[in-house]
Amino acid sequence: MTEVLVLVGIALAAASGFFGLLFRRDSSAGQTLCTSIAVAGALSGLAGVAWFFATGTSRPINVPWSLVEGAAFHVGLDGLSAFFLVPIFLISLLGNVYGLGYWKQSEHPTTGRKLRLFYGLLTAGMALLVVARNSILFLFGWEIMALAAYFLVVTEEEKPAVREAGWIYLVATHAATLCLLGVFGLLRGASGSFTLVALSSGSVSPGVATAIFVLALVGFGLKAGIMPLHVWLPGAHAMAPSHVSAMMSGVLIKMGIYGLVRVTSLLPDPPVAWGGTVLALGVISGVLGVAFAVGQHDLKRLLAYHSIENIGIIVMGLGLALLGRSLGRVDWVVLGLAGSLLHIWNHALFKALLFLSAGSVIHAAGTREIDHLGGLARKMPWTALAFLAGAVAICGLPPLNGFVSELLIYLGLFRTLGFGKEPSLAGAAFAVPALALIGALAVACFVKVFGAVFLGTARSQHADHAHESPRSMLVPMAVLAGCCLAIGLAPQIAAPVLAKGISAWAPNVPSVAQQLSSLAPLNWISIMGVLLIAGLAAGGALLSMRLRRSVVEKGPTWGCGYVAPTPRMQYTSSSFAQMLVLLFGWALRPRTHRPKNLPLFPRQGDFHSEVPDPALDEGLLPAFRFSARLLSWFRVFQQGNLQAYLLYIFIALVALLLWR
Amino acid sequence: MILTILHTALHVVVALALPPLLLGVIAKTKALFAGRVGPPVLQPYYDLWKLAQKGSVFSTTTTWVFCAGPVVGLVTAVLAVLLIPLAGSDAPLSFPGDVILLAYLLGLSRFFTAASALDTGSSFEGMGAAREVTFACLAEPAIFLGLLVLAKLSGSLQLEKMLGGSLAAQWSAAGAPLVLVILSWFVVLLAENSRIPFDDPGTHLELTMVHEVMVLDHSGPAFGMVLYGASLKLFLFAALVVRLALPQSAGFAWLDWPVFIAGMLGVAVAVGVVESTMARLRLTQVPVLLVAACLLSAFGVVLLLR
Repeated sequence: MTEVLVLVGIALAAASGFFGLLFRRDSSAGQTLCTSIAVAGALSGLAGVAWFFATGTSRPINVPWSLVEGAAFHVGLDGLSAFFLVPIFLISLLGNVYGLGYWKQSEHPTTGRKLRLFYGLLTAGMALLVVARNSILFLFGWEIMALAAYFLVVTEEEKPAVREAGWIYLVATHAATLCLLGVFGLLRGASGSFTLVALSSGSVSPGVATAIFVLALVGFGLKAGIMPLHVWLPGAHAMAPSHVSAMMSGVLIKMGIYGLVRVTSLLPDPPVAWGGTVLALGVISGVLGVAFAVGQHDLKRLLAYHSIENIGIIVMGLGLALLGRSLGRVDWVVLGLAGSLLHIWNHALFKALLFLSAGSVIHAAGTREIDHLGGLARKMPWTALAFLAGAVAICGLPPLNGFVSELLIYLGLFRTLGFGKEPSLAGAAFAVPALALIGALAVACFVKVFGAVFLGTARSQHADHAHESPRSMLVPMAVLAGCCLAIGLAPQIAAPVLAKGISAWAPNVPSVAQQLSSLAPLNWISIMGVLLIAGLAAGGALLSMRLRRSVVEKGPTWGCGYVAPTPRMQYTSSSFAQMLVLLFGWALRPRTHRPKNLPLFPRQGDFHSEVPDPALDEGLLPAFRFSARLLSWFRVFQQGNLQAYLLYIFIALVALLLWR
Repeated sequence: MILTILHTALHVVVALALPPLLLGVIAKTKALFAGRVGPPVLQPYYDLWKLAQKGSVFSTTTTWVFCAGPVVGLVTAVLAVLLIPLAGSDAPLSFPGDVILLAYLLGLSRFFTAASALDTGSSFEGMGAAREVTFACLAEPAIFLGLLVLAKLSGSLQLEKMLGGSLAAQWSAAGAPLVLVILSWFVVLLAENSRIPFDDPGTHLELTMVHEVMVLDHSGPAFGMVLYGASLKLFLFAALVVRLALPQSAGFAWLDWPVFIAGMLGVAVAVGVVESTMARLRLTQVPVLLVAACLLSAFGVVLLLR
C-alpha cells in the first residue's frame, strides 16, 4: 500500500507537466490542470508516507529490469526514505500552488509550460532516488533530478547570467555523477550486487571503504553544497524562479545529504577520521557560508549562501553521529542524527518559506537588489510577516523550529566533552562555539535583510509601487510558517519519525525512541515555547493598553536635528554588514570600486562593493583555464562532424573486442 | 513544598525588583569617583515610573515591529532570569539544556531590538544596530566556550547544576579555568550591556553609541520597557558572574540571599569602577578585546581538557 501510493505520487508528478503541453501557450486551463495533477500526486505520496509512519510496514516492490545486468526496479521504504519523502512532496505541493500566481501562464507564455513540465519531473526524480533500493535505479532518479533542475535553472535562458549559472550547475552535477558511478561500482564490488544493502563487517577492506566514503563525500557533497564544493549553488539558486529556488534549496540539495546518510549507513565500522572530517567540513561550511551571506547584496544569492550554512549544520550533526558510531557512543548517534535529520526538515520548511516570500518581494518590486528595496512591511504586511517567521526560524531562535534541531546538535556536541567518567573527544567540543558563532552571524544577516527590505522607507520607485501578492502565493507561505511554529512548539510530533530514521541508519542502537526522549528535553521546549508566546502576548497587551491611555503623537524620525532626511540617507544593507565583512575579510576578500584622485570639491563619483566567490573565481575557473590550455592539443580529435565521432566509437569497439 | 514556593516567589521578586538598583549603584559609583553627589540610588525606579506615565511620539515610518522590539526585549529577559539559579541552587524553570535556551532567548531579543531600530529608517539607529549584532557575533563564542568549562566540570547542561553548589568543590581542583571564565564573562557583560569600554551610555553624541542609539526614537512606556529590559539583562549577566565566583551555599536562605545580593552589588560597583577609570575604546579596537575574551575562555577549556 505504502509503495503503491508513493509510486502513484511519483507517476502523477512526472506526468503532470506533459498535460500542459497539450494546451495553447496563453491558455490558463493547462496550468490549472497541471497543478491539480501535481497536487494530487503530492497528496498521494504524502498519504503513502503517512501510511508507512502509521503502520511501519513496507513491502518492497522488485521487478527485474533488463537495462543493465543487475539493474532492477526495486523500490522500498524505510525510516530514512520516508523521512526524506516528506519535504519532497510537501514543498512540491506548495511550490506548485505558489507557481499559479508567481509564474502565470498568461504572463509567461513561452516558459510556463516548460517550467511546469520540469518541476514535475524534478519531484518525480527525487522521490524515485529516495525510494530506490537498487543503485542503477538510484542513478536513474538522480539524473532525472539533475537534468530537470538544469532546465529549471535556465528557465529564463535569454539572459546571459542565467545561462552561465546553468552551465556551472551542469558541470558540477556531472562531476558529482562521475563520483557516484565510482561509489556504486565499488559498492557492487564489495557486496556483489547493485542492491543497496548494508555491508557486513569485514566484507570490505578498509582501503575500499575509505575510497567509497571519499567518493561519496565529494559526489554527494557537490550536490549538497558543502564548502568548498558549493561553487554552483549561489548562482543557480539566485537565477532560478523563486519557487524553483525553494525546491532546490529546500529539497534538492538535501538529496546530497540523503546520499551521504544512505552510503554511510551501508558501510560498516566507520573510523574516527570519517566523522572528524565530516564534522570539520560542517563547521567550515557553516561559518563561511553565513559569513559569505552577510556580504551579499542580492536577496536570493544571500539566501543561497544561507543554504550552505544550514547544510553545514546538518553535516555537523551527521559527523557527530558518525563519531558516535566509531566510538560506540549511542548518545552521540541519537542526538547528532536526530538534530541532523530534524534540521533537514526544518531547513526545507523555513528556507522554502524564505524563498517564497523573497519571490513575493521580487514579484512585487521587480528587483533582487536589497539596497533598492525598503519599507515593504507597509505595502506587503503578510509577506513581511512570512519572511520574519522564516528569518526567526533560520536563526535558530525560539519558539520556532530551527531552535529545536540546533538544540539537539548542541546537546550532542557538548556530550563530546565526556561527562563524568565517560571518555571525551575534546576536539569535537570546539564545534560548540563555532555553532554559536554561526547563530550570531545568522541573526546579524537576517536583521540586515529584514530591516533593509521590509523596514524603513522605500529606496527606489520599484519598492514604492509594490503591492501584496495574490492569495495563491500567500497560502503556501502561511502553511510553511504554520509548520515552522508547529515543530517549534510541539517537537514531540517529530520524535517518533526521527526515531525511525535513526533506527534505519544505525540498526544496532537499542530503543531509540526512549533514548531520544530521555536525552532531549522536548516537553520542556514546548512549555518554554508556550510561555514565551504567552509572555509576548501579555507584554504586547500591556504596552498597547498603556499607549491607549496616554497621548500618542506621530512625527518624523529623529534625525539629530536634521530636518530634511531622504530615503537614500537610510543605513543600507552594505553599510550594515561592513564591519562583519571586514572582520571576515581574510576569507571573503571583498572588492570595492571607488573613484580615484578625487579633486578638492568632488562633483560626482560612484562606489560599489561586492563579495565574489573566491572558490569559483580564484580556484576553479583558473584551474579550468589552465587545464584547457594544457589539453589544447587534444582538440585535434574534436572535429565537430558526426562521421569522425562514429569512427572513434567504431575504433574503440574494435579495440575492446581485440582486448577481450 | 511551601518552602519551594517561597523560594520561587523570592527568586521572582528579587529578579524583577533588583535590576534597576544595579543601574543606580553604577551611577552612584561613577559619581563618587568624579567627586559628585550623583543621582539617588533609586533614580532608575523613578525614571521607569515617570516613563510609564508619559505619552509617546511614534515616527511615521514605523510599523508594528517598532513596538515589538521593547516587548520582546523585556519578555525574553524576564524568561531568562527565571532560568538561572540565584541564591541556593534552584531556578524556577530548569531542565537539561536550558543553558542553550538562555543564550538563544538573548539572540531573539537582539533580533527584535535591532529590527525595531531599523524600522525608523534612521542611519544613526542603523549604525547602532549594526554594531550591536556585530559585537554579539564575537561575544557569543566567548559565552559558549565558558559554558564548555562549566559543562565539563558539572557533567550537565542544566544551569542549576552548572552554577549550583557543586561548583564550590570544583574551585580547588579547577580554579584556573574558572578564573579565566569569570574574566571572559565580565568582558562579555560589559560588551552585551553596552558599558564602557565598549559603549558609553552616558554620552549624548549619537555617533559614538551602540545600545542607546538603537533606542533613540523610543519614548514613553515603550522606552520604559527598553530600560527595564536592559537592566534585567545586566542583572542576568551579573548573576552568572556572581554564581561563578560565589557558588557556595550555606543551605540557609537567610544567609544565601544576602551573600548573593551583596555579590550583585559588588559587580555593579566593579562596572562603575571600570567606567570611571577607563576610556571608551576606539570602535576598531572593540573586536580585539572581544576576541581576547574568547581566547581567555578557550584557554580555560584547554586547561581543563589537557
